[in-house]
Amino acid sequence: MNRHSFDSRVKGVSLGTTILAVKFAGGVIIGSDSRASMGGSYVSSKVINKLVQVHDRIFCCMSGSLADAQAITRAAKFQLAFHSIQMDEPPLVMAAASIMQELCYQHKEELSAGFITAGWDRKKGPQVYSVSMGGMLVSQPFTIGGSGSTYIYGYADAKYKPGMTREECQTFAVNALALAMGRDNVSGGVAHLAIISEKGEDMKEDADRALSQSRCVMGNSKAKE
Amino acid sequence: MATALQFPANVSTLNNYNDLYPDWTQREVSTGTTIMAVEFDGGVVIGADSRTTTGAYIANRVTDKLTPIHDRIFCCRSGSAADTQAIADAVTYQLGFHSIELDEAPLIQTAASLFRDMCYRYREELMAGIIVAGWDKRRGGQVYTVPVGGMMTRQPVSVGGSGSSYIYGYVDSNYKTGMTKEECLKFTAEALTLAMERDGSSGGVVRLAVISEQGVERQVILGNQLPKFSTV
Repeated sequence: MNRHSFDSRVKGVSLGTTILAVKFAGGVIIGSDSRASMGGSYVSSKVINKLVQVHDRIFCCMSGSLADAQAITRAAKFQLAFHSIQMDEPPLVMAAASIMQELCYQHKEELSAGFITAGWDRKKGPQVYSVSMGGMLVSQPFTIGGSGSTYIYGYADAKYKPGMTREECQTFAVNALALAMGRDNVSGGVAHLAIISEKGEDMKEDADRALSQSRCVMGNSKAKE
Repeated sequence: MATALQFPANVSTLNNYNDLYPDWTQREVSTGTTIMAVEFDGGVVIGADSRTTTGAYIANRVTDKLTPIHDRIFCCRSGSAADTQAIADAVTYQLGFHSIELDEAPLIQTAASLFRDMCYRYREELMAGIIVAGWDKRRGGQVYTVPVGGMMTRQPVSVGGSGSSYIYGYVDSNYKTGMTKEECLKFTAEALTLAMERDGSSGGVVRLAVISEQGVERQVILGNQLPKFSTV
């Protein structure tokens, strides 16, 4: 289980957060909330974007210590760009995930950040990888992470079906994020989503439009904020 | 610490990885658990898993955590097994006495208040999270939650125990007011199953009970009959 509820131990700003990624035929949807907190009682940013684009069709979402996560994603972005130029082709999602894993594992004593890496490549199509805090790398059809993910394990297990369409995955992602934000006090704000497919990143949208289309009660109440 | 055992007095000074003295001799018995109660028009549905652990050892895999307090009042217990059993016994006595004095069936709110008084007074010593549910003539089916610390509040649906964290999202999205008894039973069984799949301290069978004016109906859903979800 991927638990990043280390707010009291992390110095400075922490991403008590909810992040997730879901694979569908033809692409992946990756999403997160937008709250950064200090110590669990002060929200230092309501609109932070935890979705980082590390390459054209590969995104990472961050959890844990914001400073560590940003440092790792910057280093990974650089290494991935270099690797892509050397290979003279777009990098594999597995390459991005491996780079994150190397960084997390080799420096596991100093760092406290976890990631979900998702994207599309020509070799294996859409993929979702979870890189946990200690440096474990696991590939799954969908994955949830962050402190808020605890509250939606049951919902995600019940609602996820293999072979969902893109719209179903989008509703699933938005509803799961809204439910987690409704129960976890260090997750909140808006839901950022990115939809990655062969045609590139289709749209990066903020929550208001998506949440107003969902039938989830928590989502509707969130839209009023 | 563990209950009276025939081990030498210096057992607690040995480190945890010593194979001569297993882990469960040094651990308190706990009902790390998932419990749930839902109100419907005419009664309540309560449910619980059946696992009691001592550290990593499952001390009882068929525990009954749904404890009768009175004819139509039950409590669901989570936390330390010893603490919750002791509290439930004390409240059963107090409520029985009160019911005889009044010469009528006690209210659920009374039972919940007795739990709350005890859990709040001894909050430093106790580790108990209790859901009190039942049917009475004045207000019909009611669910009261008395979590660790000794607060008491009435809720139409309540979950508790270590496994409850994982099903908050599911319960928030699937609960609707005005569900029938059968819908409540299905909802409770599914939520408990999801929690049992994710929480290491919950498992075994699902025990359910329906409390209404007619009385109490109990059922057990065995492991291989639990609802199935398509998971990875």
